[in-house]
Amino acid sequence: MNIHEYQAKQLLKQYGVAVPDGEVCKTPAEALAAAEKLIAGGQKMLVVKSQIHAGGRGKGTFKSGFKGGVKLCKTAAEAHDLAKAMLGNVLVTKQTGPDGRLVSTLLVAGAPNIKKELYLAVLLDRATSRPLVMASTEGGVDIEEVAEKTPEKIVKEQIDPALGFQPWQGRKIAAALGLKGDLANQCGKLLAGVYKTWWEADASMVEINPLCIIEGADGKDQLVAVDAKIGLDDNALYRHKDIQAMRDLAEESPLEIEASKFNLNYIKLDGSIACLVNGAGLAMATMDIIQHYGASPANFLDVGGGASKDQVTAAFKIILSDPAVKAIFVNIFGGIMDCNVIATGIVAAVKETGLTLPLVVRLEGNNVIAGKKTLAESGLTIISGDSMADAAQKAVKTIAK
Amino acid sequence: MAILVTPQTKLLVQGITGEFGARHARLSLDYGTQLVAGVTPGKGGQFFEHGGHKVPIFDTVADAVKQTGATASAVFVPPPFAADAILEGVDAGLDLVVAITEGIPVRDMVRARQAMTGSKTRLIGPNCPGIVTPGTGKDSHGGCRIGIAPGYIHKKGNIGVVSRSGTLTYEAVWQLTSRGVGQSTCVGIGGDPVNGTSHLDVIKLFMADPETKGIIMIGEIGGSAEEEAAEWIAKNGTKPVAGFIAGATAPPGRRMGHAGAIVSGGKGTAEAKISAFKAAGIGIAATPSDMADTLLKMM
Repeated sequence: MNIHEYQAKQLLKQYGVAVPDGEVCKTPAEALAAAEKLIAGGQKMLVVKSQIHAGGRGKGTFKSGFKGGVKLCKTAAEAHDLAKAMLGNVLVTKQTGPDGRLVSTLLVAGAPNIKKELYLAVLLDRATSRPLVMASTEGGVDIEEVAEKTPEKIVKEQIDPALGFQPWQGRKIAAALGLKGDLANQCGKLLAGVYKTWWEADASMVEINPLCIIEGADGKDQLVAVDAKIGLDDNALYRHKDIQAMRDLAEESPLEIEASKFNLNYIKLDGSIACLVNGAGLAMATMDIIQHYGASPANFLDVGGGASKDQVTAAFKIILSDPAVKAIFVNIFGGIMDCNVIATGIVAAVKETGLTLPLVVRLEGNNVIAGKKTLAESGLTIISGDSMADAAQKAVKTIAK
Repeated sequence: MAILVTPQTKLLVQGITGEFGARHARLSLDYGTQLVAGVTPGKGGQFFEHGGHKVPIFDTVADAVKQTGATASAVFVPPPFAADAILEGVDAGLDLVVAITEGIPVRDMVRARQAMTGSKTRLIGPNCPGIVTPGTGKDSHGGCRIGIAPGYIHKKGNIGVVSRSGTLTYEAVWQLTSRGVGQSTCVGIGGDPVNGTSHLDVIKLFMADPETKGIIMIGEIGGSAEEEAAEWIAKNGTKPVAGFIAGATAPPGRRMGHAGAIVSGGKGTAEAKISAFKAAGIGIAATPSDMADTLLKMM
């Protein structure tokens, strides 16, 4: 699960990480009040930030034509006008795709005078099964680009999960980032807080880009998280009621939400052949084989090990609500499941949904002969495939006509 | 010989009284696997009965091991308690713990892996279909089936199969069996980002196993375990290996069912894995329908 920037900052703040003062706003009036409060608190410059789960907000454009999902301003009146231009409008960035995302929440925050931008992240190192802290002097830019062009500018520090983040590791990273004196101390403290956020919140990734050296109110240099992104481990959400409440359904595809109600794992794609498969690996492989034979998959859909009638019916309904779908390819390896039960489920689902699109079914496994017989005797026009390759080719052929 | 387990391996099931664990415990008994004990805290002293078998249930893994001599475990314990169950098996000195459970938090597995450092126990999974070493009976009956794979699709023979995915393993096994070619052992290592045994670990075991003459290695997007295995095979491989990588059409940044199947930050792409396979002389199956044929052509 992903959360918004303002939510990520709330979590970080909870674990002692410094973030700029800010307020969450849902209306221009709230933005005005927030700006007035921040200015009264001594902020000389403000930033109004659209809250969507996608990067590239600053360089994005609203469908209204208004440019920039992140804007600086100096007065409360300006903040009010910016909020008016952003709220209720759809922001398109390089990460949202052409459909963009509706902006319904803003973060109005102090925009401190930035002296230097750094990069910081905590993530899982899959090669070692340990947490990894990544830091770089190159902040505020695309870290993948830094990794590719100047990998020496990224420092990595593995964390022993039994010990947690150690003070010496904080000093080591601070030194690598060229931080000295009080800033080095702040860096150690901040790193410990960011690591703690990752660990305690069961995050899959915490990324702070940029982490900034700013001129504090007292004139001294300060280290603050100016932007923040947190991804969470879905498997661990059950133990975080507070984080569950941060889920924003508006950021998720309605079809994917519907699918999750039936324990279906559905991801919409751009192609025209829908797939319905049992097992994640086989589902991916089914998408691949459709492409291999010259068409594109309309979705990833794993119905899991069971594939009950209700699940298959729900899956058909979800598939059919995508207007781009021109044919359906059902690929089931019923290892333990009785193929005849699955076939009965498919027939019932076809009847219930009144399916008119071409349907290609490949069944293999336990009691497959009875299953194929059920399909053949259903009176429905179901195209049967013998192998995955045979069925995939038949499915591709149906849309080539 | 096979790898990891033989038809003589004594198995216990952690979570044997749960619906999922019980169902697959019955199927393992039907397959002829030496299922000697079950573990469910609070139900020690009871029996798990099926088809004339009477399997004793214990409160702890340590008790089960002491009383029955079990050396391997299948973990069917629900996700919040699964890492704890794995560590209980490690403490009891099991040779092998196979964690079937899907949905264990990553943090729990990071801790469990750390705690297992230096222990003699090998962990397979989590979120995996398990292991099958086929037997010599009808439909490979009499083999060792740990986990949730359909036993009857196997056939005793000389091909090793290793994969992250369950159904894709069955697909490969079925292709082999349908062509009259049997398997030494089939290992599902699981689809999570943190697991106990990697592709490379299993490949090394297959290369050292005199019974295994050829290997099918199935990978998918995410991480770099396939690349590591390919690199090792390029230097040390002595047997033909064919492979398939699933997820070439998966959009970046999305998890494709398995928690570990994600291309993030341009890492873990199917392209990179396929080119690592090619560089190592691993036969690439153009489609998942060609996994067995690709290997058989090399042999």
